[in-house]
Amino acid sequence: MQFKHLALTAALAATVCVSAQAQTEIQWWHSMTAVNNEWVNDLAKQFNESQKEFKVVPTFKGAYDESMTAAIAAFRSGNAPHILQVFEVGTATMMASKGATVPVGKVMKDAGADFNPGSYIPAVAAYYTAPNGEMLSFPFNSSTTIFYYNKDAFKKAGLNADKAPATWPEVFEAAKKLKASGHSCPMTLAWNGWTQLESFSAWHNVEFATEKNGLSANGYKARIKINSPLHVRHIDNLAKAAKAGEYLYKGRGSAAQASFTAGECAMIQTSSGFYGDVAKNAKFAYGLAPMPYYPDVKGAPQNTVIGGASLWVMAGKKPAEYKGVAKFFEFLSQTKVQAASHQRTGYLPITMGAYELTDKSGFYAKYPGTDVAVNQMVRKVTDNSRGIRLGNYVQIRTIEDEELEQVWSGKKSAKDALDAIVSRGNELLARFERSYKQ
Amino acid sequence: MEKRVLFRSAWLPWVLIAPQLLIIGLFFFWPAGQAVIQSFQMEDAFGMSTEWVGLDNFRQLVDNPSYLDSFQRTAMFSVLVAGIGIVVSLVLAIFADRIVRFAMVYKTLLIVPYAVAPVIAGVLWVFLFSPSIGVATYYLGALGYNWNHMMNDGQAMALIVIASVWKQISYNFLFFLAGLQSIPKALIEAASIDGAGPWRRFWNIQLPLLSPTTFFLLVINIVYAFFDTFGIIDAATQGGPGQSTSILVYKVYQDGFKALDLGGSAAQSVILMCIVVALTVVQFRYVEKKVQY
Repeated sequence: MQFKHLALTAALAATVCVSAQAQTEIQWWHSMTAVNNEWVNDLAKQFNESQKEFKVVPTFKGAYDESMTAAIAAFRSGNAPHILQVFEVGTATMMASKGATVPVGKVMKDAGADFNPGSYIPAVAAYYTAPNGEMLSFPFNSSTTIFYYNKDAFKKAGLNADKAPATWPEVFEAAKKLKASGHSCPMTLAWNGWTQLESFSAWHNVEFATEKNGLSANGYKARIKINSPLHVRHIDNLAKAAKAGEYLYKGRGSAAQASFTAGECAMIQTSSGFYGDVAKNAKFAYGLAPMPYYPDVKGAPQNTVIGGASLWVMAGKKPAEYKGVAKFFEFLSQTKVQAASHQRTGYLPITMGAYELTDKSGFYAKYPGTDVAVNQMVRKVTDNSRGIRLGNYVQIRTIEDEELEQVWSGKKSAKDALDAIVSRGNELLARFERSYKQ
Repeated sequence: MEKRVLFRSAWLPWVLIAPQLLIIGLFFFWPAGQAVIQSFQMEDAFGMSTEWVGLDNFRQLVDNPSYLDSFQRTAMFSVLVAGIGIVVSLVLAIFADRIVRFAMVYKTLLIVPYAVAPVIAGVLWVFLFSPSIGVATYYLGALGYNWNHMMNDGQAMALIVIASVWKQISYNFLFFLAGLQSIPKALIEAASIDGAGPWRRFWNIQLPLLSPTTFFLLVINIVYAFFDTFGIIDAATQGGPGQSTSILVYKVYQDGFKALDLGGSAAQSVILMCIVVALTVVQFRYVEKKVQY
């Protein structure tokens, strides 16, 4: 399969070369599939048609982790693409690999391009910005955690279908009633680490890791701190719900999502990017709502952290090519392009302008709930809510999954599991600190 | 009688084996050597900074209780995969060998799974046994059995064993079938005339004559379980729940290819390599003695 892929890519590249000799080519590796793949191709097409000097060539390189591995291998052999889409979990690795990438701020400045990092939604911009204020990667497709519920199931259980449970105590109460009404799966959760630990921490304005969650200048020295009483209390509550059959664990990553669209589970917390799937496949009335919170926690709710990906510019290319990259980014940051992307994909509008334009067009009024994710993000960010940027984070996410699974199946207490995440995660962070010693 | 081929020239034999040596060197010794070097280093993903850390990567693994637990899991997994795989495919091969009509159809159907990529195999079984949408889960539920391999260790292990065995059966089947067909019919017929039933004929004639094949498959299947199953595990359970299906090679794959921790992953693969070398030596020294060629 790999070879077939390679051959196809090569063949494609060859035809492109012949037809566009005069143009400077910009290679763009991404991980967008299905409808999002069409979106990416359309963006490149629009840009290519808008001018004659450059040609952006988007190439699908597999899932986020696969495209990153592919780009790293390519970089090591001197064939890296110009632009690489990297998921948020890989951000710390990209940032720490000085010399492998060129900061987007620099690319734009060198090309004299029109670029204002201040136009981006604070939580998005802050995540991809270095402590010295320079924007390192170009925000592209950002998502965040939101809450979905099945209105039909709510009605059947005698709950108010027009108002989603806003707090965790209300969620657990609703779960009990759903269970009593005969619903076999009142609640499930996708991306457990992301939604229940990372987003949960930001939402409640509590520290996830030291060094401002890894975003400070000494970010590589960060250590995880998610065994606080609030974290233990929340995971313990979920464990109790799991034991009572009110919360059902459906697997890692996005696996749980299918059980919501199928109507099996009545409530789910997952990515805002799940909206398109629900809108297309759900055969029941559904509602979108902000993440629940604990009302007694001071500072809650704050804002949520972002998921999704951004575009990195790889090092070692010619100045003319960087100019093309800058031109392309300039094209992408246009408000109308941003707004169209947001409405098409369900990803966040990453600039304030795109949000306002979408709002004015009546999109949010027409599709209620599509503004929930935005409203959760458009707030003043704190050190605890800016985002989480830690090294070896792919492995740490796995540890989070492993330990939480032991809690859901009743083999470990919430406290023991969170302690284990902290100690196992911190070993990996110590390794990261060592491998990136400046 | 002298069986060896004699070369008068000093260099000709070297020239003749050179392509083979080159391929082994290029595709086996070179990467293996690199893995050994990398296992003593700590490196960032892009290779911008490399530090020699001696045995630190190994020390970290030895200090990690969850890594040590993984040995036991891997042993159990590979014994199950090799054992069940060999027995089931032997049974299938015996049946296929006796079939007169539609033999080609059966054989083809049995060989098809080998053409399926490991990840696809994993996905296929996940669809069957998915806790929410699985067909098999649905019928098991109707029978009163609650299947959820996301929560249940034993079920998760059973799922990856079934998927791995299913994937490997075709390979074993082909060898067994070829082995069975190469047993002279005269032997079987003679035994039949002497009054030996099918069970007796199998036990005293076919099985002993198949022992070289079985031994070869034992080695191949152990190596398969150790090295080739990460795709299935990644698609089916991702090592969970907890770490109950995280066998050694899965952790190598995950840490190296997904998490880009090259040093740590290289150290694990060096350990894995040593285990398989040791296992193979043991097999050839002790198990092979029972094999009659």
